Formats: sequence, structure tokens, C-alpha cells
Amino acid sequence: MAGTAISMLWLRDLFAVVMLSGIYSLFAAVLYVVMDAVDVAFTEAAVGAGISTVLMLGTLALTKSKERAHKKISYGPLVLVLLTGGVLIYGTLDMPRYGDANAPIHSHVANRYIEKSGSEVGPPNIVTSVLASYRGYDTLGETAVVFTAAIGVLVIIGRRRKNKKDTPQAPKTKEGSTS
Amino acid sequence: MMHQKSVLRVVSKLLIPPILLFALYVQFHGDFGPGGGFQAGVIFATAFILYGLIFGVATARRVIPAAATRTMLSLGLLLYGGTGIWSLLLGGEFLDYNLLASTPSAGQHLGILLVEFGVGMTVAGAMTTIFYTFAAQTLGGDDTPKEEV
Repeated sequence: MAGTAISMLWLRDLFAVVMLSGIYSLFAAVLYVVMDAVDVAFTEAAVGAGISTVLMLGTLALTKSKERAHKKISYGPLVLVLLTGGVLIYGTLDMPRYGDANAPIHSHVANRYIEKSGSEVGPPNIVTSVLASYRGYDTLGETAVVFTAAIGVLVIIGRRRKNKKDTPQAPKTKEGSTS
Repeated sequence: MMHQKSVLRVVSKLLIPPILLFALYVQFHGDFGPGGGFQAGVIFATAFILYGLIFGVATARRVIPAAATRTMLSLGLLLYGGTGIWSLLLGGEFLDYNLLASTPSAGQHLGILLVEFGVGMTVAGAMTTIFYTFAAQTLGGDDTPKEEV
């Protein structure tokens, strides 16, 4: 996983980068399976490795597939990234160890979900009960996010196509006229 | 694009029906195993995207028009919200499924089914819509494939 991530940083050929990001997602999905989060792995494999790779390739067809080489190294962003990363790692120091039975996440509402979701909600898959029933409001929000994303794409680039359709007598130039 | 690649055409034709069937399985079996509306929607959309990649977006648009995917997109969210409003009208709280049927457990079952179906529809609609929009940009129109993706 780290290998694919680092080679994504070094490569200038964006086609290879897109492919590597798909492979990275697949590795992430395997990692989730190892950690027993099958539902998340499912989503990662379908969205990360599948759909987003196709969309990235679609974007590559619109833009150039080579990254411009930067001669100068700018230190400002590097310092910012190192600082943010440092703060994040510092934050993880306070987290309970992985698999710790006394961690807050295991003592709050999780026990109730595990013990009572069978009688209160029904489905044997607790993830479904939590997502659709206990946390139904959150899932509604997530669905609205997906909806908004699609509407956003439609508004930003779906409109241009329509303009092109409205003026069919104009000489046929490809992407150049719209950008 | 890829009009001559007969292996791809044959294999994808073989694969698309099982993909659609698997999406439905993931959708309606989500109560019992891993999966649910989100994953099912993505898998469902994948079938159409695969079809669009192999047989051309214009052909895919004839199978499932862009207007249909947009309708799916909004109907799914409406179904989800509508389930909440329904429970509100029955005198409960927003998205309280206990009241949707005669017994709380049947109500929960119905509510989860409706809500997951809504999620699946929205996600499938969204993914297909985004793909169509990107593809229309790439091909510079609708019917003339010019570039391989």
C-alpha cells in the first residue's frame, strides 16, 4: 500500500497514477476485510477501485495525461503538510490501543446495538440496523450529499453540453471552445 | 469506442446480467449480510457504465436515458424523506419506523427496506448521471465517439 502511494507521488504519467490509485483502493479494501469491516470493504472496492477509476480516466481524456514537471521546490506547502501530519499523529497518541475492550467506542452505545438490535430492529446484520434505523437521520444526510454531488456535476459541466446542443450551426470545435 | 474488441464485447455481455442480479441481491439481502443500498446502487450503476464503455455512451443512453437516471436520482431521496414524513404523519418521530406497520418489528423491516431502496436509487442515479456528464464532455457531443477512454 505504501509502495503504491509513494510511486503515485513520483510518477508524472497520470494514467499510471490513476491505475495505481485503483490498486491502492483495492489494497485498502483488503485491509478493511482483514479488520472485519466487510461493509466498508465492499464500498471501497466498488467506489474507490471501480467508479472513481473510471471517472478519473474520463477526466484524463479531457485534460492532459502528463503532469507538468516542477523545477522549483517550494518549502511552504511542505512545512504545512509536515505540521498537519505531525498534529494528526500527535492526536493518535491519545487514542486507545486497537482492540482495547475498555475503549470509549466499545462502552458507549455499541453494547446496546449488539444486544438489543435483534429485538428492537430485527435484521441480523447490525450494520444495517445502525445505518438505516438507529442512525437513519445520518444516512438521510449522506444520501442528500450524494444527490448534491450529482446535481453539482450536472450544474457545472452538464450545462455546457446543452449550450453546445443549442448552437448546432456553429462550426464543430471540440473541447477548446467550451473551456 | 472499442467497437472492434470482440472479446470485451462478448465478456461484458456475459457479465452484465449477473452484475445487475448481484446488485439486486446486495440491495435486498443487506439485512442479512454485508451490503445495502449504497453498495447496491454503485454495483447497479457499474453495469450501465461497463455497457457504456464497451458499446458507446450513445447506446447506453438508449438503454437508460439521462432523464431516467436523473429521475432515479431525485426519486430515491424523495423516497427516503417520504418515509420519514410518513412516520411523522402517523404520529411518530421523523424516521421512526415502528409505526409503519401493525407491529414494530414489521414496521422496522418495511422502513429499512424503503429507506435502503431510496439510497440505492439515488446512488445508482447519481453515479450514472456523473458518468454520462463526463462522457458527454469527453466525446464532445452525444453520438460521435472520437476518443478512446
